[in-house]
Amino acid sequence: MEAYTALRQFADSWGLLAMTVFFIGVVIFAFRPGSKKSAEEAARIPLKDD
Amino acid sequence: MRFGTEIVLVGLAAFAALAAAGLAQDSAFQAHMWVLFFVLLGSAIVLMRNTSFAPEGAASIPLKADTDGYMDGPIRYGVIATTFWGVVGFLVGVIVALQLAYPDLNIEPWFNFGRTRPLHTSAVIFAFGGNALIATSFYVVQRTSRARLFGGNLAWFVFWGYQLFIVMAATGYLLGITQSREYAEPEWYVDLFLTIVWVAYFIVFFGTIMRRKEPHIYVANWFYLSFIVTIAMLHIVNNLAVPVSPFGSKSYSLFAGVQDALTQWWYGHNAVGFFLTAGFLGMMYYFIPKQADRPVYSYRLSIIHFWALIFLYIWAGPHHLHYTALPDWAQTLGMVFSIMLWMPSWGGMINGLMTLSGAWDKLRTDPIIRMMVLAVAFYGMSTFEGPLMSIKAVNSLSHYTDWTIGHVHSGALGWVGMITFGALYYLVPKLWHRERLYSLRLVTWHFWLATLGIVVYAAVMWVSGIQQGLMWREYDSQGFLVYSFAETVAAMHPYYVLRALGGVLFLLGGIVMAYNLAMTILGHQREEEPIGGTVVQPAATIQNAG
Repeated sequence: MEAYTALRQFADSWGLLAMTVFFIGVVIFAFRPGSKKSAEEAARIPLKDD
Repeated sequence: MRFGTEIVLVGLAAFAALAAAGLAQDSAFQAHMWVLFFVLLGSAIVLMRNTSFAPEGAASIPLKADTDGYMDGPIRYGVIATTFWGVVGFLVGVIVALQLAYPDLNIEPWFNFGRTRPLHTSAVIFAFGGNALIATSFYVVQRTSRARLFGGNLAWFVFWGYQLFIVMAATGYLLGITQSREYAEPEWYVDLFLTIVWVAYFIVFFGTIMRRKEPHIYVANWFYLSFIVTIAMLHIVNNLAVPVSPFGSKSYSLFAGVQDALTQWWYGHNAVGFFLTAGFLGMMYYFIPKQADRPVYSYRLSIIHFWALIFLYIWAGPHHLHYTALPDWAQTLGMVFSIMLWMPSWGGMINGLMTLSGAWDKLRTDPIIRMMVLAVAFYGMSTFEGPLMSIKAVNSLSHYTDWTIGHVHSGALGWVGMITFGALYYLVPKLWHRERLYSLRLVTWHFWLATLGIVVYAAVMWVSGIQQGLMWREYDSQGFLVYSFAETVAAMHPYYVLRALGGVLFLLGGIVMAYNLAMTILGHQREEEPIGGTVVQPAATIQNAG
């Protein structure tokens, strides 16, 4: 199989799956229970300094 | 001895430029090396005049002084450079707009539209936008990491190296040196130099994050970091080229045909996505909360915003090549990913705007907040319009017309320009330890001049672009094109004159800002009535008035 076809097939199968899973993971991580408090703390970082 | 190494290195570089001018293979390269030689010679002389043999740190001029242990010198220089290049870039924009309306203004060979157009785009994107990004990223990363910039004088190298890149790029265009890649016009030797500067920028920024005292990396820094890393990657891949001679200006791209086109638009669209969007979102996530004195509306939404943006933007480039030799599936992929970009676009806009919820009265009393809110509104509008234009059916009408130009300017003037102006108005009093700006009324003037300019510009380009697109595809009953190309050009004349008027208004706003910031830096305060509602007048005043 030539490189173009191989890369193309990888991109629209495993590559796509890996990125989708990672992105869904990010969303779940961001909205996991208990993240609200740490997010609120992080949001105040710029306001702490001068 | 102060600047000992710097004087030696700049002096050697000046000598190398002189030697390269002597060995030049073509006259454009020779002229460009003469420019470089004189710039470096001037820099060496300035360094030598500022040297002193006193112990380190004995006397520092106020412009370079630190604040609370933060390294603010390069940021002050960066703020001044941003203002300066902004006005220059807007001015060149007005000139190119007039050149399109009145072709007699094309002065051969140096000031042809073909040469002044990249001068305008690079001046506003890289000189104005780039300096704004470097300066604000240095400011934000120090404050949110509570750490001094990493790398000592490396930050100064980043600042001055970047200015040299701008001068080399700009003079190169006017001399006719270009590799003809949109937004990546500088030739191979200037690209190599920018790579060095950019790596130094990355080291300073990332080093500062690594030595942070704050455990969490604030979201603005994520956006800045993704901008720095992605631009490095895009810049290197898109500029892979083989020079004809080590002493000649011409090089040939490593790619050919449609691969070359796709590499270029992968770069070009991500210059928009990561330079003009991600970087300036970093600015939004710091300066809007600071100016409103409220934390960002939803920090968790900002995390989703970040990941959605960087995951999707990188695939959107093929929409610049609809109906070309690019494989059909790649065109569709570019279109689908562009449409998915509505997600981060609206997430980011909601997050920026809702930061003001509960403090909407600030819109009436604080023209700086008003500027930032308009920026976010334009972010939402132009990133709504962009995906719409990437749909193939829409693109078949809009592509190659002025609609694209209008779209770019609603994003560039509205989003990038306004958020930068807001950040500059916030930064200058802080950096120079002034109680307030010279004049808030002038900020209001700037706001309305700029807003009116953008509205005129974008509206005129919509009309002209759609008319242009419709004229190009108009067939008669015999199947012949109704209009010759020259007829469609002539029909655009009134729009081009009006577009130049919009540009003049925006430029005037920029000049008002430059004056206001200069007076603030010099320590003046204009006596003026507060803007309605800022001061609640005690009852006594009302009785007196009655």
